[in-house]
Amino acid sequence: MPDAQSSILVAFLPEWILLLGVLALFGVTLGTQRVRTARYVSLATAAALALASVATCGAEAILFDGAYRVDAFSQWLKLVFALGYLSCIVIGHNLKDIRADIRPEYFFLLATSVTGFVLLASSVDLITLVVALELSSFPLFLLIAMRREAHGQRSQMESAVKYMMFGIAASGIMLFGMGYLYGLTGTTSLPLLVERLQPLMHTPLAITGLVLTLAAFFYKLAVFPFHFWTPDVYQGASNETTAIIASLPKVAAVLLILRFAGTANPGDHSLALVFAALAVGSMFYGNLLALAQTDFKRLLGFSAVAHAGYTILGVVALEEAGFTASLYYVTGYLFMVLACFTVITRVSRDGANLPIIALAGLHKRSPLLAGTLLVGVFSLAGIPPFVGFMGKFSLLTSALQQGFLWLVLLAVLNTVIAVYYYLRVVHAAFLAEPPADADTSPIHLDPAARVLCILLIAVIIGLGTVPGLFLDTIANSLSSLFPLS
Amino acid sequence: MNLSESSTAIPFLSILIFAPLAAAAIALVLCDERQVRWWTLLATASIGAFSLFLLGGFDASTAEFQFVEHREWIPHLGMHYTLGIDGISLLLVLLTTLITPFCVIASWTSVKLRSREFMICLLIMQTAMTGVFTALDFVLFFIFWEAMLIPMSILIGVWGGSGRAYAAMKFFIYTMAGSVLLIVAIIALRLDTGTFSIPALMDQPYDRNFQLWIFAAFFISFAIKVPMFPFHTWLPAAHVEAPTAGSVLLASILLKMGAYGFLRFCLPITPLATIHFAHAILWLSVAAIIYGGLTALAQSDLKKIVAYSSVAHMGFATLGIFSLVQNGTIGGALVMINHGVTTGALFIAVGIVYERLHTRDLARAAGLGKQMPVFAFFLGMFCLSSLAFPGTNTFIGEFLVLAGAFEGSLILGLAIIPGIVVAAAYNLRILQRVAYGGTNNPDHSSVSDLGLREILLLTPFLVFILWIGLQPGPFIGLMEASIQNILDIIARAAETAAPIPS
Repeated sequence: MPDAQSSILVAFLPEWILLLGVLALFGVTLGTQRVRTARYVSLATAAALALASVATCGAEAILFDGAYRVDAFSQWLKLVFALGYLSCIVIGHNLKDIRADIRPEYFFLLATSVTGFVLLASSVDLITLVVALELSSFPLFLLIAMRREAHGQRSQMESAVKYMMFGIAASGIMLFGMGYLYGLTGTTSLPLLVERLQPLMHTPLAITGLVLTLAAFFYKLAVFPFHFWTPDVYQGASNETTAIIASLPKVAAVLLILRFAGTANPGDHSLALVFAALAVGSMFYGNLLALAQTDFKRLLGFSAVAHAGYTILGVVALEEAGFTASLYYVTGYLFMVLACFTVITRVSRDGANLPIIALAGLHKRSPLLAGTLLVGVFSLAGIPPFVGFMGKFSLLTSALQQGFLWLVLLAVLNTVIAVYYYLRVVHAAFLAEPPADADTSPIHLDPAARVLCILLIAVIIGLGTVPGLFLDTIANSLSSLFPLS
Repeated sequence: MNLSESSTAIPFLSILIFAPLAAAAIALVLCDERQVRWWTLLATASIGAFSLFLLGGFDASTAEFQFVEHREWIPHLGMHYTLGIDGISLLLVLLTTLITPFCVIASWTSVKLRSREFMICLLIMQTAMTGVFTALDFVLFFIFWEAMLIPMSILIGVWGGSGRAYAAMKFFIYTMAGSVLLIVAIIALRLDTGTFSIPALMDQPYDRNFQLWIFAAFFISFAIKVPMFPFHTWLPAAHVEAPTAGSVLLASILLKMGAYGFLRFCLPITPLATIHFAHAILWLSVAAIIYGGLTALAQSDLKKIVAYSSVAHMGFATLGIFSLVQNGTIGGALVMINHGVTTGALFIAVGIVYERLHTRDLARAAGLGKQMPVFAFFLGMFCLSSLAFPGTNTFIGEFLVLAGAFEGSLILGLAIIPGIVVAAAYNLRILQRVAYGGTNNPDHSSVSDLGLREILLLTPFLVFILWIGLQPGPFIGLMEASIQNILDIIARAAETAAPIPS
C-alpha cells in the first residue's frame, strides 16, 4: 500500500530530519574549520525539526509494529523539544566554556541527545522507550565532561561521573521495575501493559514494579530523594550544558511519569500517598536549601528540586486534569529556566559560574537581559501573568479537586518561601549597587540572543495568558492515551 | 445575575484596561525621554477623558453589573474573560484613570533617571489597577491583583529613597504571602460551585463553616492590602521609600483594593462569616484609627506622618464597611474615594517640599509658608480635608461612618472619638510647622513658590475635595444601589440562617 507507506514516511518526518542532521554533524566533526559549520547545521536542524513537528501535527500513525505512535500529543512535545533545542543552541552561542578542540563534537552529541528525547515522545513500547531514554542520557554525561578545566580543578569530571553513576543506577532500578511489570502482564507494549496492569494495581507487586520504574524518571526530574546529583552537576557543568540538563530532560521525565502513572486507578491511595510524600519532600528540601545559595546556577538547581515537587502535585491526583497540569507546568518551566540561562551565559565572563551578586546593575548593562531575567524569575516564583502562575494554579486545582487540601496548603506555603530567593535575584539585578570592582560595561547581545530573549518573554507570557489551544491538545491526547476506567 | 448578554457594543472596559499597555509598548520605541514623558501624559490624559464616558452610560438606579464583557478565555480551566462595573467599582475606576495623569505630572522633574522605564511601569500599573476593579472572573481578578506587585516593587525599588530595596522586598513578600491563601479560597469556591464568575459566587447558600474558612483566607489577603492594624507594617516602609508617584498610587489606588476586596468578595460571598467576624473587625478598625493617629503624631518625617494617617483613614473605611448598616457602609466606601483624593494630594505636596529641600524632615520644612504662600494655601486645605473639617470631602465620609458606628453600638462610637481628635492634632501640627514654624526657622530664602505645573497639578485635587465636601449627593448616589444590594444579601443570609423559633 504505497499510500500508507508514504503517510508513514511523512509521520516520521521530524525524526528523519533529526537523523539527517546528526549524520551531517558527524560529517562536520571529521573535517577542519568546523565550529561555525556545526553551529549552523545544528540551528538548521533544530529549525527544520520545529517546522516538521508543526507540519505533522495532524498526522496519526503507528509505526514499527506498535512500538512507536505519532499523534497530536507526541508532535506537540516534539515541537517543545525542538524549541528547547533551538534555544539551547542560541544560548550556547560559540561554546566559550567548552574545550576548543571538541566544540563540533559538542553539537553532534547534543543533536544525538535531542534525537533520544524526540523518540521518547512517541515511544509506546518498553524496549523503544528504554533505548530512547538511554540515547538521550548518555550524550549528556559526555557534554558535562567537556567543560574547560579551570584552575586545575576537575570539577566538571566529578559532576559528569556523579551524573553518570546516578543515571546508571537509576536505569538499573528502572529495568528491575520494568521486569516486574513485564512479568505481571507479559507484554512490553505500553497500551496493553496499562490495560492488563490496571486490574492488578491493588497488588503490592504491581505497586513495587511501578514505583521502581518511576524511580528513574524521578531521578531525571530531580525529585527528592533522587535529586542528589542536581546542585553539583548544575555547578560543575558549563553554563550552556546546565541549560540543556535543566530543561529538556525535565519535560521528558514528566512525559514518562505520566505514561506510567496513567496505569493507576484514580483514587489509588497508596500511590497517591507516595507521590504526595515525594512532592512535599521536594518542595521543602528544594526551597529551603535554595534560600542559602549564593551561586545562581546552584540556586536554580535547588529550585529545580522544588519545581519537581510542584510538578508531582499534578500526578498525585492520578487523573487527567492533573496530568495535563503537570505537562503544562513542566513545558512552561522549560521556557522559564531557559530564560534564566540565557541571562547567565550572557552575563558570565568567559563562561565562569555566576554568583548572584554578579548580576548587580544588570538593568543598566542590558535592559533586555534584565527584562528576560525578571520575566523568567517571576514566572518561576509563580507571579501572574506568566506561565508559572497559570501552571501552579492548574496544579493546585487538580490536587484540591481530589481533596488534598493539606498538600495544597503546603504548596502555597512553599511558594511564599520561594519568593524570597527569587526576589534576591531580582534584587541583585535591579536594586543592588554593583561592587566596586565589578564589570559595569554594557553587554552587547548578538542578534540571535536578542531574538531569543524576546521570544522567550513572549512565550512565557503567552503560555500564561492564552494557553487554551495548548491545554486542549494535551487534554484531548491524554484522554485518548489512557482509557481510564 | 445574567452575564451572557453584552450590554455595550464598544468594549469600554477592555479599552480602559489595555490602552495603557499599548501606550507602554509605544513608549518602548519612542526615541528620547522627553517624548516619552509627553506621550505618557497624553496617553493617560486621553484615557482619563475616555473613562468619563462610563459616567454617561452608567445607570445608578440598579445594582446590576454594567458595561459587561463576557468571553471564553481558557475553557479547559473554566475561566472566562468577564469584565463589568457596578456603583462601587465605577468610582474606583474613575479614580484610577484620573489620578494617573497627575502621577505623570508629579514625576515630571523629580524622576530624572531612566524616565522611560518609569513611565512604562506607571502605565503597566494602570492596566493592572483598572483590571482589578473591573474583573468579574475571579482568576482574572487575581492575575491583575498579583501582576501589580511587579511594576509597583520596581517603582519603589529603582526610583525610591535610600532604603528602597528593603521596602520593595518587604512590600512584595508581605503582599504575596497574603494572597496565596486567596488563591486556595478561589479554587475551593470553584470546586464548590463550578464557576469562577464573581457575580455567580455571590449570595449562594454555602455552608457556614465553609464560609468561615473562605472568609479567613480572603481576610488575610485583603487586610494586608488595606492595610489593617496589625498587618500594616509594610506600609510605612513602602510609602516612605517610594517616589512621589509611587506613594500616590499606593495610597490612592492600591490601599483601596483591600477595602474593595472586602466589599466585593467578603460581604456578598460569605455573608454569614461576615456577620460572625464583623465585631472583631470593627474593633481592629478602631485600633487602626487610634494607633495610626498616635503614631502619625510621633513622626518627624512628613511622609511617615501621611503614611500613618493612611492607616487611620483606612480604619474608618473598614469600620464603615463592616458596620453593615447603610450609612456606615456607604460612608466607608466614600472614605475610600476621599482618602484617594486627599492622601494622594498630601503625598504630592510632600513631594513638592522634598524637591525643594531634599529632606522631608518636619523641622527642616518649618516656616516654608513665608516663602511659599500659595503652597501653604494648598497644604492647608489638604490638611483640613485630612482632619475631616466640615465642608471638605472627608467630613462627609467619616460622619457617615460615625453615624453607622453609633447605630451599631454606643461604646464603639465613643471609642473612635479620640482618633478624630488625634487626627486634628497631627494635621494641624503639619500645617502649623510648615506654614508658620517658630522663631528659629531654617533659612528658606532661596526656595521658590509653586510653578504653574504644580498649581495645575494640585488644583484638581482641591476641586474634588470641596466638590465632594459640599455636594456629596451625586457621588453617594452612584454607589447607593450597589451597596444596598450587598447589605440586602447579608440581611437575607442572616434571616435564613437564624434558628427557627420553636
